[in-house]
Amino acid sequence: MTSADGGYSSDEIMTVTAARVLRDGMTCFVGIGLPSEAANLARATHAAGLVMIYESGTIGAKPGWLPLSIGDGVLAETADAVVSVPEIFNYWLQPGRIDVGFLSAAQIDKFGNINTTVVGPDYARPAVRLPGSGGAPEIAASCRQVIVIVRQSTRAFVDRVDFVTSVGFGDGPGCRERLGLTGAGPQQIITDLGVLEPDPRTMEFVLTGLYPGVSVADAKARTDWDLQVSPGLAGIPGPAAAELSALRALKAAAPAEETFPASEGARR
Amino acid sequence: MAEIVPLSAAVQSAIHDGDTVAMEGFTHLIPHAAGHEVIRQRRRDLTLVRMTPDVIYDQLIGAGCARKLVFSWGGNPGVGSLHRFRDAIENSWPVPLEVEEHSHAGMANRYVAGASGLPFAVLRGYRGTGLAALSAGIAEITCPFTGERLTAVAALRPDVTVIHAQQADQAGNVQLWGITGVQKEAVLAASRSIVTVEEIVPALRPRPGAVVLPAWTVSYVALVPGGAHPSYALGYSSRDNDFYLAWDAISRDRDAFRGWLDEHVYGPAGRAAASEVPA
Repeated sequence: MTSADGGYSSDEIMTVTAARVLRDGMTCFVGIGLPSEAANLARATHAAGLVMIYESGTIGAKPGWLPLSIGDGVLAETADAVVSVPEIFNYWLQPGRIDVGFLSAAQIDKFGNINTTVVGPDYARPAVRLPGSGGAPEIAASCRQVIVIVRQSTRAFVDRVDFVTSVGFGDGPGCRERLGLTGAGPQQIITDLGVLEPDPRTMEFVLTGLYPGVSVADAKARTDWDLQVSPGLAGIPGPAAAELSALRALKAAAPAEETFPASEGARR
Repeated sequence: MAEIVPLSAAVQSAIHDGDTVAMEGFTHLIPHAAGHEVIRQRRRDLTLVRMTPDVIYDQLIGAGCARKLVFSWGGNPGVGSLHRFRDAIENSWPVPLEVEEHSHAGMANRYVAGASGLPFAVLRGYRGTGLAALSAGIAEITCPFTGERLTAVAALRPDVTVIHAQQADQAGNVQLWGITGVQKEAVLAASRSIVTVEEIVPALRPRPGAVVLPAWTVSYVALVPGGAHPSYALGYSSRDNDFYLAWDAISRDRDAFRGWLDEHVYGPAGRAAASEVPA
């Protein structure tokens, strides 16, 4: 987390940039961590009607603070509906009802394939055992589009992922269609340096946006594949004061004290 | 028909060495006290099944209870790695751990198939991922009506499922609400089940959106108030996020972990919770 010049951190501009992608009224399947921060920021600023869906089965959750997990009580208590886990995947995600899947990654490659399973070439003897897939493979397959938010480094931005946990564009053009994946796949990778988007011809992720003070050389130095630069490379504006203060307020917000009304005091 | 017994007796009767045991609860209502009782009774060679083997299975794995883990996401939610889980896979400590991994959608559907009495369930999933090649329980299937290529996942049929719920009544009927995850399916898929509860009430008052498991679908009910800690029971307790954060340091070091087990699981306080008897 390096400090940039404009009085904000690289993580803050990344979260703000990711939040800007979400529009009011969208339905968004939210992963925990950076995606949850960005989605909650969008809801707190320009997208009050954003429908946040967590894989715990909470649809339309409206937490007043950042949940630590995908199943914190505040998500259930503020949701429009709470459904079972089989239902959230089978009835809500699988048919393609969800606009945006918001994911993070341990490794991501030039075709937007995500690895959250193992680091190293041998699955049976991993150099690093990662948590695994969770809901991500089907989120990546079935949401109308996917946004990935991940800090950029040569360890994370690799030519080929060690393990395909969630499919982006597979091995290139036509792969998603051959596999029968119904969603459009990853449309943006938002990092702490800027934004990458797929070249529609090659399906390879290319640099399309940079934050203030970040150079193409910086982005290339933190990418393990030969990162191409879009002819339309744009500067991405830093966080507005209102975005920054909303993000900081969200991160500072403490969970409300809870009361426990359910007990009927009838243990004996 | 459910018998209402102390937790220690439920575990003694229902869970045996070598069993396939599912402890479910999706962040909410995780049966931690029951997990501790399994550790205290030193069960071995278990195949542990759980969508999210978070802190509860980190403890069971680190204590040497598991031979195999069937799962879809193994992390400390919002915090990071599960260090006992990683130590077992990366270094075979304290014993080697075989893993069989799936996606959440796959695991959820495997429980649905088990609960439905079917050999498999069908979903759009796994296609193009590295997961499909790892498990014998994942296979491509062609829809007989449309020709679409889909994925079949083998049913899960645990010997025992263990869950935590808010309430049971004196007949052993169980009610849980809030985030109910995959618990209904996991109980109905299993041969035997243990439900720990926050309280035993004279009669269940129906709640909107609640899951009710009639007494004849449950083997054992045990009264264990706070039995989900550091997870929570909606209406009864909050998630102890500080504990999840603290677990990172406790579990990172083998000796710190053993010290924690000695104090909180093998020690007198842990034993007392497991022998609570409803009067």
